Amino acid sequence: MHIQIKLFATLRKDRFDTDQREYTAGTTVLVVLNDLVIPEGEAAIIFVNGKHAGTDHVMLDGDTLSIFPPIGGG
Amino acid sequence: MLNITLWRCSMDKILRINMGAEGGPKITVTPLGEYAGFGGRAMTTAIVSKEVPPLCHPLSSENKLVIAPGMLSGTVAAMSGRLSVGCKSPLTGGIKESNSGGQAAQVIGRLGYAAIVLEGKPVTEDLYKIVINKDGVKISVDNSLKMLPNYDLVAKMKTEFGDKISCISIGPAGEMKMNIASIACTDMELRPTRHAGRGGVGAVMGSKGVKTIVLDDTGMSMRAPKDPEKFKDANKRFVDGLKQHPVTGQALPAFGTNVLTNILSEAGGYPTYNFKQGTFAGASKISGETMAELETKRGGMPTHGCHRGCVIRCSGVYNDKDGHYLTKQPEYETVWAHGGNCGIDDIDSIAMLDFLDDNFGVDTIEMGATIAVAMDAGIAKFGDAEAAIDLVKEVGKGSHLGRILGGGAAVTGKVFGVERVPVVKGQAMPAYDPRAVKGVGVTYATSPMGADHTAGYAVATNILKVGGFIDPLVAEGQIELSRNLQIATAAIDSTGMCIFIAFAVLDQPETFQALLDLLNAFYGLNLTGDGFIALGQKVLSMERDFNARAGFTSQQDRLPRYFSTESLAPHNVKFDVKDEDLDKVFNW
Repeated sequence: MHIQIKLFATLRKDRFDTDQREYTAGTTVLVVLNDLVIPEGEAAIIFVNGKHAGTDHVMLDGDTLSIFPPIGGG
Repeated sequence: MLNITLWRCSMDKILRINMGAEGGPKITVTPLGEYAGFGGRAMTTAIVSKEVPPLCHPLSSENKLVIAPGMLSGTVAAMSGRLSVGCKSPLTGGIKESNSGGQAAQVIGRLGYAAIVLEGKPVTEDLYKIVINKDGVKISVDNSLKMLPNYDLVAKMKTEFGDKISCISIGPAGEMKMNIASIACTDMELRPTRHAGRGGVGAVMGSKGVKTIVLDDTGMSMRAPKDPEKFKDANKRFVDGLKQHPVTGQALPAFGTNVLTNILSEAGGYPTYNFKQGTFAGASKISGETMAELETKRGGMPTHGCHRGCVIRCSGVYNDKDGHYLTKQPEYETVWAHGGNCGIDDIDSIAMLDFLDDNFGVDTIEMGATIAVAMDAGIAKFGDAEAAIDLVKEVGKGSHLGRILGGGAAVTGKVFGVERVPVVKGQAMPAYDPRAVKGVGVTYATSPMGADHTAGYAVATNILKVGGFIDPLVAEGQIELSRNLQIATAAIDSTGMCIFIAFAVLDQPETFQALLDLLNAFYGLNLTGDGFIALGQKVLSMERDFNARAGFTSQQDRLPRYFSTESLAPHNVKFDVKDEDLDKVFNW
């Protein structure tokens, strides 16, 4: 299956802004994090299709995975 | 002699200036009296709720403008430079506390004033300049300052008084008594870039004929704590906590508040085209990441503190494409208001709009929200940056169109027959759609301030997972979240601390303890967490009481109806927090 991965802020360093990748069906968010070498603590905010998701979330074909480090503002 | 020096250093005087006294403005300096123990928002709210008749006209002689540093302002405590400005708001008709960074709070604190109160109203059309230094207070007519934009005003004051000053000022918008007028405070570089923005506080200053307050604390010392050793230790732990938290220690210094653009757009809560949808296609072009890179490339600064003693340094310096200073790094709310909310995706145009807003002295949130309402009315096209710039210039000129826009989003919507106007208590919503970020929706509805995001920043817990996590898309849990944050914020706003300490304080109990220890060591108190909460509750209760006496009912604690009936894409959500639950926020 194909998913779109978007990285933000400090997570982009030595990686990418956005990429399309292929994974086997049933892949979880955690697998993708490990693939990108993003420690769990650094993936503070995870969205799948714009909704909060945990690392155990199972990805589906066509999903967009957005990953943010700890950030804030106001 | 020694006692007088200590008294002068301990911020225990109130300076009152009656602008309408017979024979000209009259200066009175008194001890704190019944206001002892208050600071910042607690001080402004206490004075306004006690001394301002809630039914008065906000531009009348009965309103008062209270300017108060926080309890820790003027000390060496990190982050303690926030200034509170309070009055009855011309925009909302209720009580207002508007908060600003910059140098003013610390300087006023070291000059020994816990509050400056502008009272009455001059009978002539003269414009006044107030100068406060170690020798006292001088007020004089200076009509050469009339209609000067803030940057020009500050340049003139610098020529007259040197570069060790700080300035509080209004631009032409405040002189024209516009509802969107702000009060500017200069930063460490003596630029009028920090603003007490919300609620038209600049109009009240203008109605009292005061153009600028020039402050100089040369010859004054840092305010001395009761227990210097404990204070120093608490400050170290406080700073360590801020540096170690990833938001205050890394994300904010690197990217500033505009780091939120991408996350809110990804989350589907980024109000786009006047709150029509929750995602903006141009978000990444105007994101914090893009802006930080651009600033660095052009010789600006992506990391910059707005006041001495700030260790978070979320601000920055934005240069134009030729490498010349244009404006301070625009904040998330500013970029949203003039960016996605107006369909504009050109960052240089947004930066220019930020400069114009600062120069004319208007609230960037209200200005952007108003332009978007004007775009909905067909006055300009969504996405047309040049047209947006022209509209802001109309405001600065005070043309008839400019006066309408200067009245704010609600006034503009009424004049042009616009159905969808995103305001509560007459004040425009900031950069989070309440349907997709329901916790902040509760704050918008119920805060005594009107639609205000900082008053109870539920975004932290709804979107950023700071202080726990509550799903932004469901109604459950949002009442308690907003209540707790409104209480904590009211207390923090009284200390003079920047609200961004909350990111560290919410997640790290030892950093919250360090804050309590700072207060206790400075004042010789035994404040606990419960005592801190009680302070916040007291401030909110005074504000709610004023609003009730001003005629507000539970009907003012509601979002506009269409937020409950119209779905927001992409998540197709409506605001479904029940009215009877909104009425429970202040149950304690």
